[in-house]
Amino acid sequence: MEYVTVIGLEVHAQLNTNTKIFCGCSTAFGAPPNTHVCPVCLGMPGVLPVLNRKVVAFAVTMGIATRCTINRESRFARKNYFYPDLPKGYQISQYELPICEHGHVDIDTNGEKKRIGITRIHMEEDAGKLSHLAGRPVSHVDLNRTGVPLIEIVSEPDIRSPEEAGAYLRKLRSILRYLGICDGNMEEGSFRCDANVSIMPAGSDTFGTRAELKNLNSFRNVEKALHYEIIRQREVIEDGGAVVQETRLWNPDRGVTTSMRGKEEAHDYRYFPDPDLLPVVVDDAWIQEIEAGLPELPDQKEQRFVGTLGLSAYDAGVLTADRELADYFEACLESYDRPKPVANWIMGPLLGRLNAEGETIAASPVAPADLAALLKLVDDGTISGKIAKTVFDDMAATGKAPGEIVTEKQLVQLSDTSAIEEIIDEVIASHPDEVAAFRGGRKKLLGFFVGQVMKATQGKANPKMVNEILQQKLQ
Amino acid sequence: MKITKEEVLHVAELARLDMDDEAVAKFSEQIGTILAYMDTLNQVDTRGVPPTSHALSLHNAFREDEAAGSLDRDDALANAPEREDGCFVVPRIVEQREAK
Repeated sequence: MEYVTVIGLEVHAQLNTNTKIFCGCSTAFGAPPNTHVCPVCLGMPGVLPVLNRKVVAFAVTMGIATRCTINRESRFARKNYFYPDLPKGYQISQYELPICEHGHVDIDTNGEKKRIGITRIHMEEDAGKLSHLAGRPVSHVDLNRTGVPLIEIVSEPDIRSPEEAGAYLRKLRSILRYLGICDGNMEEGSFRCDANVSIMPAGSDTFGTRAELKNLNSFRNVEKALHYEIIRQREVIEDGGAVVQETRLWNPDRGVTTSMRGKEEAHDYRYFPDPDLLPVVVDDAWIQEIEAGLPELPDQKEQRFVGTLGLSAYDAGVLTADRELADYFEACLESYDRPKPVANWIMGPLLGRLNAEGETIAASPVAPADLAALLKLVDDGTISGKIAKTVFDDMAATGKAPGEIVTEKQLVQLSDTSAIEEIIDEVIASHPDEVAAFRGGRKKLLGFFVGQVMKATQGKANPKMVNEILQQKLQ
Repeated sequence: MKITKEEVLHVAELARLDMDDEAVAKFSEQIGTILAYMDTLNQVDTRGVPPTSHALSLHNAFREDEAAGSLDRDDALANAPEREDGCFVVPRIVEQREAK
């Protein structure tokens, strides 16, 4: 039987604030355990949490960027459960009245646009970190992360494949990074994802029973876990069984999801409005102030790169996925105004090199102005396109400016007609058989002659002139 | 009775409370009385009255995003029954629950 997959994602994004959501403790990553804690985030009796204004501003920023309705009034609620990473016995979150609702993002899979709905975005505090000690029946608790601000972004069940899930996550991460409100580091846990997944017979309009997948700590693992889970559910159903609503943990080493038993009781969170925290009211003036400060977002930038700069949709998509990459591209255009060659050089030699080294554009060994200068040397005929690749490798290795390398290594293109003619005459004279074959109709041999001339000039001959003169002389 | 013995035991379980039969009977009665009082309140006509989540008519108590210092670690761990390597030590929880 044919099945349709239904996926909804819950993303937790850690916000880039200096301090925690309800107290003045630092949010810096990697401090010694339990040094960024105070009576508020430790859940001591009698303390009063006070909301960090920036957390509200950041949540609204994401809401606007994803076309959400911003609720003028929202509230915090207590989500009650016992676990050692949560010293108060409850997590302060939002329940009935989240700050943002009813938004969407557009994704691109296999060249097709699709709109994924966002149910809600709410603010909440993170929990602490537990380390389970091998071979001992105890765990260590570090509460530095307790109270670090998060937004939870809940999608509609609009996603129909693991690939769409990946595209949606990449889009959310891209937007968060453009906005500068979350660093989006999945491995370090500042961008986390849980997935609800179910399958139903094709043509049905009733969703199947869903499983919630956890521990999806990389983009690759999200897609792998979803692929596994879809096949598992299909096998359960085809064997005459029924999918159970449960939480399942992805095991990346074994490539399987396994049931986490005993969650039924824990799901009774008994939410109620937190009496310690006043309602949050966001007025029009505040929303307008945030809107005015929004940067150009990936979709807008992509449209501009295609519409105004004339890039292909593919090139624009690659260059705008990452804000720093888009900034690099635009910095090159400040001193060189041909977008297409710049895009080619960034997406070819530069990204090729960075990807091979596992680096991002932030670690580029070539400054945008130097890449622009290199392209100018090609355009004005100083060096050939082929030599430019060599110069680029030198620039990446040494950090030198292209002009300097060209002078030092005497790479200036040979564009003197008589000099080129002389070399061509020599090549023709020393390859009589090939000349005869060419004149006899084997026109493909032109490439051979070009190669010989290039070899004789260490690649420095102007290829256009070589081609023209060769054509004439071989007539 | 407004609340069953099973419901009392469920709530006790959620709150990690051990209860014997005597306690269950006592709390069933007390909670039952509270719920009966809620029924009385429910008789009040509240049409047109917005739900109240706070007794104060205030909103937006904010702090700025400025560091205010943290506790000395020895103080933070002072109440811990057990500590090791700067951490609280707790019995291992078998269920690998991911933090939200």
